Amino acid sequence: MEKPKVATTSLAGCFGCHMSLLDIDDRILKLIELVDFDKSPVDDIKKFTGRCAVGIVEGGCCNEENVHVLQDFRKNCDILISCGDCAIDGGIPAMRNNIPLKECFDEAYHDGPTVYNPENITPNDKELPLILNKVYPCHHVVKMDYHLPGCPPSADTLWEALVALLTNKPVDLPYELIKYD
Amino acid sequence: MSEKLFQIIKKACESCGNDRARLMDIVIAVQKNCGAVTIDAMELIAKQVKVQRVDVESVVSFYSFLSKEEKGKIVIRICNDVVDLMKGADNIAKAFSETLGIKVGQTSADGTISLEYTPCIGLSDQAPAILVNEVAITNLSVDKAKSISKALLSGASPESLTKEFGDGNNSDELVRSMVKNNIVKKGSVIFVERVAEAGLKKAITLKPEDVISIIKSSKLRGRGGAGFPTGMKWEFTRAAKGNKKYVVCNADEGEPGTFKDRVLLTEKFDMLCEGMAIGGYCIGSDSGIIYLRGEYSYLKAFLENKLSKRKKASLLGKSICGKNGFNFDIRIQIGAGAYICGEETALISSCEGLRGDPKTRPPFPAQKGYLASPTTVNNVETFCSVARIIEKDAAWYSVIGTKGSTGTKILSVSGDCSKPGIYEYDFGVKVSDMLKDAGAKDTKAVLIGGPSGQLIGKKDFGRIICYDDLATGGSIVIFNSSRNILEIVKSYLEFFVEESCGYCTPCRTGNVLLLNKIEEILEGKGEPSDIKYLEDLCSTVKVTSRCGLGQTSPNPVTSSIRNFREVYEAVLKTNEDGRQPTFDIKASLEVAEALQGRKSVIY
Amino acid sequence: MDKTITFKIDGVDVKGCPGQTIMEAADKAGVYIPRLCYMKDLTPHGSCRVCTVKVDGRAQAACTQPIAEGVEVENNTDELNEKRRNIIDMFFVEGNHFCMFCEKSGNCELQAVAYRLGICAPKYPFQFPDRSLDATHPDIFIDRNRCILCGRCVNASRDVDGKSVFEFVGRGANKKIAVNSDTLAGTNMSVTDKAANVCPVGAIIKKRVGFAVPIGKRLYDTQPIGSDIEVTKS
Repeated sequence: MEKPKVATTSLAGCFGCHMSLLDIDDRILKLIELVDFDKSPVDDIKKFTGRCAVGIVEGGCCNEENVHVLQDFRKNCDILISCGDCAIDGGIPAMRNNIPLKECFDEAYHDGPTVYNPENITPNDKELPLILNKVYPCHHVVKMDYHLPGCPPSADTLWEALVALLTNKPVDLPYELIKYD
Repeated sequence: MSEKLFQIIKKACESCGNDRARLMDIVIAVQKNCGAVTIDAMELIAKQVKVQRVDVESVVSFYSFLSKEEKGKIVIRICNDVVDLMKGADNIAKAFSETLGIKVGQTSADGTISLEYTPCIGLSDQAPAILVNEVAITNLSVDKAKSISKALLSGASPESLTKEFGDGNNSDELVRSMVKNNIVKKGSVIFVERVAEAGLKKAITLKPEDVISIIKSSKLRGRGGAGFPTGMKWEFTRAAKGNKKYVVCNADEGEPGTFKDRVLLTEKFDMLCEGMAIGGYCIGSDSGIIYLRGEYSYLKAFLENKLSKRKKASLLGKSICGKNGFNFDIRIQIGAGAYICGEETALISSCEGLRGDPKTRPPFPAQKGYLASPTTVNNVETFCSVARIIEKDAAWYSVIGTKGSTGTKILSVSGDCSKPGIYEYDFGVKVSDMLKDAGAKDTKAVLIGGPSGQLIGKKDFGRIICYDDLATGGSIVIFNSSRNILEIVKSYLEFFVEESCGYCTPCRTGNVLLLNKIEEILEGKGEPSDIKYLEDLCSTVKVTSRCGLGQTSPNPVTSSIRNFREVYEAVLKTNEDGRQPTFDIKASLEVAEALQGRKSVIY
Repeated sequence: MDKTITFKIDGVDVKGCPGQTIMEAADKAGVYIPRLCYMKDLTPHGSCRVCTVKVDGRAQAACTQPIAEGVEVENNTDELNEKRRNIIDMFFVEGNHFCMFCEKSGNCELQAVAYRLGICAPKYPFQFPDRSLDATHPDIFIDRNRCILCGRCVNASRDVDGKSVFEFVGRGANKKIAVNSDTLAGTNMSVTDKAANVCPVGAIIKKRVGFAVPIGKRLYDTQPIGSDIEVTKS
């Protein structure tokens, strides 16, 4: 029987949640027995090769590319997981949500204390995705099936949830594994 | 800090005995004289009445007629209640806005005129209506709005806008208002010719306990909407320990679509005072307070004059009607624009010079009310009914109406009908009969009891108005088939969001979430699962809210889902692609596209 | 004690004395009722509504409702816990609660009740409100992003400290905590005040003492909130 596929991505996140996934240590060997990784930074597959059972999304949406990738995940995955606080509530990037975009740009590229920008350029290459007016939690953009909180969620949290999902059991996290930090 | 401000504040505070409990009167006086209660003013008031500045700020920031920032000398408040919107309030607002050159919410550059929206001002029977300072202007049209604006711009006083007076006491020298009474149907209890003060004169020949027992056997229940047996309330208050007790009249009718108390205050004020005095006699109180909503300030001078006349006639004051030891006086406490103050414990808070936050119950007001003394709070119509019940007797009264709902009920009828106004019916009147009397045609929905009541459809028009079937404090709003039910629900939720005191979580936030969802549905972004979302949210708000406001604010949603489910289903769409219909990628990119001067290549 | 009152919580007999609230009697009996605004020794505020129980079928706040002989109180039921989750969800979306950088994380009562009720994410959309900070005071800062309007600081400052540094201003969704001056630095607030030590969340924070306890050793890292109450169960 063909193994179910898992895809992962990091949107407006810090890759900390992916690091935590790697933190499951030798259990990753067991995970490989259960699943194949499809589109994911873990194996560097850039495009979906087929339908995935589970998509793990780290980070919220801060730009149009994030939205595009998230919609692609929704289209290609049966179950979509908001993994970590940024995916769930926007996290640290969402601290800008009450600051006008112009002010964010000025601080980042011109006025900030650590800025070195002698030509006073605001990056604007057409390859750069446009920034959204706010940072959106994933479930504000597409339907998400599960939420695994934490910054990052612990390796145990990820392991418990993934194993439950891949073995058709309910995701029922014990007290120690629901943490928001 | 100007000397002038200091003098104004000193005078306002001293006239209230520098009493912290009279803070409402003080801040209202300062607002009236200075156009604001500034931080400097708060500091001075705080010193004068010996509280902290933040205590004053807390009160000022609560009431919509009070403000920290300076408002115009003339404040135009456009009523944006649902009925007013149906009658074109939006166009009225536009006309004012264009002619005055300011948006709603703004004050003109020279500081003369402010333009604001305000919820129901108790004039739904003559909508669209506005308040210009304390002056009520009714039955507005776009042309009238323009001419009023021009007159005000050229320096006319608000008082000069009233060209002709309404009927009855509306034309009294101390009222001089264009407001009409619109009494369409008179009943047998309140709108009758009767011997003045007959109830009071009879009451003092009886023992207080016996008067209470007459009220108990009349089965009179509170007319504000909750329907608590009045006799029982008075018995509790009488039995409660305390040297000082209070009789409080709730004249803060704020339920959208209600205006019966306006008419009772205008035409039946003596009957109300008579009922209050009987209340004082029953519970052993020598002090009454009438909490008059700020919107009815135009009646204050008239009512105060009536009170002093009663004093002269020995109907108030010491040894009332010559009865030794029966002393009772009434003061008027004016409100400042807060619907929640119609909730009896919030009303008491406001009378005490506090934010209009409801109080923790128990203790109930009967044990611990105004200034921690036993207090009975009753509706205007309840007091009027008491006067009549004692005049006639319980047996006469209790055969009127139905078994569980005796007497008459005054309804304020407005909306899509040819005869909006006041209707005094025996309890038990069928909705369909009422609609016929009001000249309603092509009726799709009727709101019984205002937005905290129920929105019913045709299948329920055979039901009757009474506590056991369709209970109401008196607000009846009629909607014909051209009206959009979801728009109506949205407007009422906006009202509750605006008027929630914010004390408890479910009401403060739950109503905002309900409104957001209804707005999304109206924008065509709703999904079938939203019905369950709304129902669960409504249930949480209703069950866990601290007072009657939150316990009933979801009613427009629950009753419209129950009775007009099809209007929801018609706009809810299943969304197959898993995207959230509420997320608008194009809108979320607008700012960046403008800033960066390029368009998205993806979207 | 003149009299004992016996009533039931979730079918089990609980005894208390006249004048006690359901919350007080339950705590003594080792029954935990989830709560947020309530704090022992302060006037109950009754605002969060998390402690909503049903008394003979009628919803009441356990922190303000007196006990009465023979009443049946429902507490740990699916229906009530679902409503409590909804209220906690409302707190999370009406403010800006970013636990990952909050000094209070691990010791925060809002977070702890959410953990105990098994909340992975709020079901309501985030509002991302614009809330203000006040870092003017040398020893204390106020972060209104995290304030849950529980009123503890208001009551503590007024009733215990005798200062009335805090009060609520505004109403509805615009209700917020204000201080008795233009900024906190302008008040007579002191870091030793009761009011500086009652905030259930990270809205009133003492400066220079954050993150003192490592992750894993904080109040609610391993033991759910309320465990201390349940320990007293005999």
